[in-house]
Amino acid sequence: MVKLKVKDVEFSYASVPILKNVCVELAESEMLSVVGPNGAGKSTLLRCIDRILSPQKGCILLDERDIKKISRMELAKKVGYIPQSTTSIFSATVFDVVLIGRRPHISWRSSEEDTEKVLETLQMLNIEEFAMRDINELSGGQQQKVFIACALSQEPDVLLLDEPTSNLDIRHQLEVMDIIKTIVREKRIAAIMAIHDLNLAARYADKIIMMNSGKIFSAGDPVSVLTPENIKHVYGVESEVMDKRGRPHIIPIRPVGFV
Amino acid sequence: MKMTSSAETKTGLEKRAEIKAQYKKFVGRKILFILSSLILIFIIAGVSATLGSYPITVIEVYSIIWQGILEIFQNAVFIMSHGIKKFYQTYFTTKEIVIWGLRLPRIIMGILAGIGLAIAGTTMQGVVRNPLASPYTLGIASAASFGATLAIILGAGFVTGKYIIIVNAFVFALLSSFIIYGLSRYKSATPETMILAGIALMYLFSAMTGILQYFGEAEAVKEVVFWMFGSLGRASWDKLSLMSIIIAFCIPLIMLKSWDLNALGVGDERAKSLGVNVEQTRIVCFVLASLVTAGIICFTGTIGFIGLVSPHMCRMVIGGDNRYLIPASGLFGAALLLGADTIARTIIAPVILPVGLITSFMGVPLFLYLIMRKRKEYW
Repeated sequence: MVKLKVKDVEFSYASVPILKNVCVELAESEMLSVVGPNGAGKSTLLRCIDRILSPQKGCILLDERDIKKISRMELAKKVGYIPQSTTSIFSATVFDVVLIGRRPHISWRSSEEDTEKVLETLQMLNIEEFAMRDINELSGGQQQKVFIACALSQEPDVLLLDEPTSNLDIRHQLEVMDIIKTIVREKRIAAIMAIHDLNLAARYADKIIMMNSGKIFSAGDPVSVLTPENIKHVYGVESEVMDKRGRPHIIPIRPVGFV
Repeated sequence: MKMTSSAETKTGLEKRAEIKAQYKKFVGRKILFILSSLILIFIIAGVSATLGSYPITVIEVYSIIWQGILEIFQNAVFIMSHGIKKFYQTYFTTKEIVIWGLRLPRIIMGILAGIGLAIAGTTMQGVVRNPLASPYTLGIASAASFGATLAIILGAGFVTGKYIIIVNAFVFALLSSFIIYGLSRYKSATPETMILAGIALMYLFSAMTGILQYFGEAEAVKEVVFWMFGSLGRASWDKLSLMSIIIAFCIPLIMLKSWDLNALGVGDERAKSLGVNVEQTRIVCFVLASLVTAGIICFTGTIGFIGLVSPHMCRMVIGGDNRYLIPASGLFGAALLLGADTIARTIIAPVILPVGLITSFMGVPLFLYLIMRKRKEYW
C-alpha cells in the first residue's frame, strides 16, 4: 500500500530552483535512500515532506491526503523528522529529550502512558543506561540515538532522516542503521533517508533515488541505481562497483578529469 | 533488534522500573526546590518586615499580617465605601499601620518584581535560545529609561500628573518590543534577527537618553540616574494592583507554552516537526515576557541581574524543563530580590541603597562561584 506519494514537486528559494519535478512513492515497511552530491536537493525534499518548507508546485500525499490539508499537530503524529546536526541544545536529561517527542500527543501534563512510551523507546534503542544523564555529556553516536528515540516516541508512520550517520564512527554507523532498519520492519514505518555514504545506502535501502541538481536522475533498487555510469554522470567520479551478497559495493577511483 | 530471552526481559523490566524511580526522584527534587523557594520567601518577608525605625518582632509580623487579612475580609464593604486610609485609622493599631501601610507594599512589590523579572528572563533565554539573554536583552530597559527620562527632564509624556514617569516608561518599553515584533514578522523570527534588532534599539534609546541628559538640569539628571538604579521604595497598593494584574495575566500564558519552549530547545526544525509553530511561539512568548518586564520596571526602574541569574541558578539545580523551571525561577527570583532589598536596607542603615545595586553586588560573586564550581555543562 502506498503510504507516501510525492507528485511533481517543485521548490525554489527566492527564484533559485532547488527541486524540479520530483516524484517519489513509498510503501510502509520500506526504506528509501536519497543520494546525490551536495546541493542536489536531498534535505530540501525531506523538509518539503515534513512541511517545514512548502513546495510551490506539486503535492505530497500521506495516506492519499494532501499534507497541506493536515494540521501541523496532526502531521506531527504521522511524520517524524531527524534533522542533520543539531545546534547546541539546552541542558536536559536524555529522558526529557525523548519526552519532548511526545509533544504532539500531550497537552501539559505528561501521563503514565507517555512515561511508558519513553521507556519503551529508550529500551528499543538500548540507551536506558543514559536515561538520567545530560544529553550534552554524551558522544555524537549516543546523541544521534537519543534524537532517533525522540522522533520515535512521536510514533510516526513516516520517518525522515537527514544524514543520520554523518560524524559517527563505523560501529555507531552500523548500529544506527541496524536500528532504523529494524524499526522500519517491526513498526511498519516508511523511512526516507538522505545519505552520502553510497555503500551504507546500498546495504540497507530497499529503494534508492539518485538526485542531481534538483531532479531525480535515477530511481529503483540499489543494483540498478548505483552503477558506474550513474555515479560518473552525477558525481563526476570514476568508480568500480562490485557485487557483495546481492548488494552493490562501490569503490571510488578518481574524480573525472582530475589529474 | 535481537530476540530477548526471558531472563533478559526480566532485567529489562527491572531497568525500566529503576529509570522510572530515578525520574520520579528527579521530579520530586524539582518540586522540593519550588517548595523551598516558597518557604524562603515567607521567611525573608517576615525578617524584612521587622526592619525599620519602629520595632516589631518576626512573630508579631506574621500575626499582624494574618489578623490584617481577616480584618480586611471582614470589613471589605467598609473599605469599598470609605477607602483604605479611613479603614486603617478606624480599625488598625500603629503597629498594624506600619506593617500594612508601609512595609508590606514594599515586600510584595519585591516578590512580584522578582517573580516577573525572573520568569521574563527564563522565557527570553528559551525564546532566543541563548544563555546571555535577560528581560533586558532586547532593548526594553533602555527604551523604558528613555521614556522615564523624557518625563523627568522635559516633563513630556503620554499623560500628565504623578503617573507620567510610569506611563512613559511602560509605553516606551512596549514600543521597543513592538518594533522588534514588527521586524521579526517582516523578516523571520529567528533568534539572530531578534537579538541584533534588540541590540540596535538599545543603542538608539541610550543615545536619545544621553542627549536629554546632556542638556538636562543637574537635579533632573540625578533623578534619572536614581530611577535607572531600580528601587522598591516607590511601592504602594495602587501600583501593586496594576502590577499584579499584568503578572497574573501573562505568567499563566507563558507557563502554558512550556512544552513549546522545551521543543524550541532542541532546535527549530525538530520543534517544527513536533508540530510546534516555532515563529508564533517565539513571538507570543517574547511579547508576554516584554509585557511583564514593562509592567514591572515602569514602577521600579531597571532592577538588573535577577532576570539573568535566577534562571541560571535554577537550571543548575533542577535542569532545563520549562514546566518546572519557569515557576522555580520565578519564586527563587522573588526570594533573591527580597533578600537583596533586605540587605540594601540594613547594610548602611538608616541609608537605604537602591536594590538594583545590591542585586548586582550580591548576584555577581554568587553567580561566578556557581559557574566555577559547576563541573558539567548545564546550558
